Amino acid sequence: MSQQLITPEAVGAPTAHCASCPIYNSAQLVKLGVDATGYDYVIALAGNPNTGKSTVFNTLTGLRQHTGNWSGKTVARAEGGFRFRERRYKLLDLPGTYSLLSTSADEEVARDFILFGRPDVTVVVADATRLERNLNLALQVLAITERVVVALNLIDEARRHGIEVDARSLTRDLGVPVVPMAARRGEGVPELLAAIADVAAGAYPARPRRLPLRDPAIERAIAELTPQIEAAFPGLPNASWVALRLLDGDESIAQAVRDGTLGTAVAPAAAAATALA
Amino acid sequence: MSNPTAEQILANAASMRSDVGGSLHDKVTEAIFTDAAQIADRAVSRDGQRAAFSLDRAIDRVVTSPIFGFPIMVLMLTGVFWLTIAGANVPSAMLGELLTGQIYGALHAGAAAISAPAWLSGLLIDGVYLATAWVISVMLPPMAIFFPLFTLLEDLGYLPRVAFNLDRLFKGAGAHGKQSLSMMMGWGCNAAGVVATRIIDSPRERLIAIITNNFSICNGRWPTLILMGTVFIGATAAPGMASLVSAASVVTVTIIGIFTTLVVSALLSRTLLKGEASTFSLELPPYRPPRVLQTIYTSLIDRTMIVLWRAVVMAAPAGAVIWLLSNITVGDASLAGHLVNFLEPLGWLLGLNGVILLAYVVAIPANEIIIPTILMLTLTLGRSQLAQAGVMLDLEPDMIGTVLTDLGGWTALTAVNLMLFSLLHNPCSTTILTIWKETKSLKWTALATLLPVALGVAVTFTTATVARMAGWV
Repeated sequence: MSQQLITPEAVGAPTAHCASCPIYNSAQLVKLGVDATGYDYVIALAGNPNTGKSTVFNTLTGLRQHTGNWSGKTVARAEGGFRFRERRYKLLDLPGTYSLLSTSADEEVARDFILFGRPDVTVVVADATRLERNLNLALQVLAITERVVVALNLIDEARRHGIEVDARSLTRDLGVPVVPMAARRGEGVPELLAAIADVAAGAYPARPRRLPLRDPAIERAIAELTPQIEAAFPGLPNASWVALRLLDGDESIAQAVRDGTLGTAVAPAAAAATALA
Repeated sequence: MSNPTAEQILANAASMRSDVGGSLHDKVTEAIFTDAAQIADRAVSRDGQRAAFSLDRAIDRVVTSPIFGFPIMVLMLTGVFWLTIAGANVPSAMLGELLTGQIYGALHAGAAAISAPAWLSGLLIDGVYLATAWVISVMLPPMAIFFPLFTLLEDLGYLPRVAFNLDRLFKGAGAHGKQSLSMMMGWGCNAAGVVATRIIDSPRERLIAIITNNFSICNGRWPTLILMGTVFIGATAAPGMASLVSAASVVTVTIIGIFTTLVVSALLSRTLLKGEASTFSLELPPYRPPRVLQTIYTSLIDRTMIVLWRAVVMAAPAGAVIWLLSNITVGDASLAGHLVNFLEPLGWLLGLNGVILLAYVVAIPANEIIIPTILMLTLTLGRSQLAQAGVMLDLEPDMIGTVLTDLGGWTALTAVNLMLFSLLHNPCSTTILTIWKETKSLKWTALATLLPVALGVAVTFTTATVARMAGWV
């Protein structure tokens, strides 16, 4: 069978320009359905309830997770896979959560995974029509990990209601890629894939926004506690957030410190690398 | 200096916590909110000409209003069921004609042609095939209409509005307002509804939601209600009104289910699961135009086919079991005959009959096979009596009503009480297993299983007694 199409594979390695071309990017997406074996990176989808996480999940994996226009539809995490630019990704659809600071059974699933599962990239799906409330969660996720992509979803709905969101201003403020998209129509999917790939490969120079505490006493306490935690758990990327939770008396985090869950949580990418070697 | 141990870190944190003061949580939350507000302010610009969300708000004022909220809900439900019943009539009849008429006859003719032994053709054709064929012809058309319609309502964003309307009632019952959402998930499948109660963070209110989820009519039970409503209740109305009356009867049972959910929740929260209802915020999402074609496609492929497949998988072995029960003779009657005779007195007391009760025992794995089981048992038991009298019964497509009234001796009371018992009986085995997985408690699983049966017995006994004393039957 002869392949007459001029594809990047046919003419040789893709050039640098290819990476910024949406057509090339979406052509690179291979939906793997539930097959999430042998993955290179783990991607978590977090966000407020009813922002379209499951729709993004379905778009990327080709699966048909039940979606519905109401808060609290996803209560357990769903897994799927996709391949993009020669890399395999495992994607997890987490239950929606307004905050990582308070916990109900479904919200705990999301928080524990971002904290202990250490995904290579956490995609925060935000509702462009309710940006302020959605940013609360994004800021909390940024306090735990800098490997974040913000998917500014429902941009079509925002436009319809006369709301314009400046993604570049958001990118500047948050220090991580912000991708405007309308997942239901497939708008912005190539850009999202490119951003995920960049952050996963460490190619994006993240300058994540620090949690602004605006209180000298709290700042001092955290500055004192953080080095102790880092010494006890070398390589922990979010020691200052753990310090903050301990100061707040978060019992499940204290338990994780006590039984060493914090330290033994190995980054999934590292685990995958060992498995391949 | 050695690394600090976990206990030292925790002790340090505890001592510092008192320095920082108890307001830490509020201060952090406030700082995040302030930051988010500033960032959003810089990024968002609004078109001043258009007032945001004005249409959504106008719609919400009507569908969640104290006056129109409930009537609109009932109208929506009735509309969905009316479309289901009216739309399913013709395809159901055609499928029945094809599967239980032509193909059934052809299979028997084929078996006779190759002179297959009677027990083999009986087991495979009258048992396995007939049960499967009935499940498909009774379930497929209504489900193929009901699921897409319900999914469209869900996609549109109507469910949270229903939750908003019901919130006050659930709060009054001492239950969580989000229970109305898990209740509506139960209208699809009770096992899914029980899992959906995870959105409720208070363990007490979650247990109430789990125990009462079975009062939401599920996939497996809608066909029973729709069939009873069509054959026995719709048929009493004028021809033009038949579908509407059938739909109204199904909606009535659904509303009795909501009412039972509220009453049982209230009883539980005043006795075994005492406590106050917790407050929560319910988000009313913006109305989104549903993607009609995609919704129809996915709800047909994913939901209808999965549910139907489950029913077929259950119906095939059940058909074999029923055929064996009806054809293995002990003493003067078949096994099924003995069992039905044994259950008959209790069945009579409940305004049902022995066949229905035996069907509910056979159908513990799946409610979907209730109707085929009842039909097959009535037919085989009745036919053997008729056969002794030298009468042969031909299967006809629109014979369900005839079979039940002529052979089974059914009355309107039997049909009404079957609808009530279909609402009030034990959950299917999958749901029972899910309840156990979610609660990890034998006590609550047993309560959730037995309470609905007890209620069903009490309610059907009452209606039967009242109907008999009033001389209606």
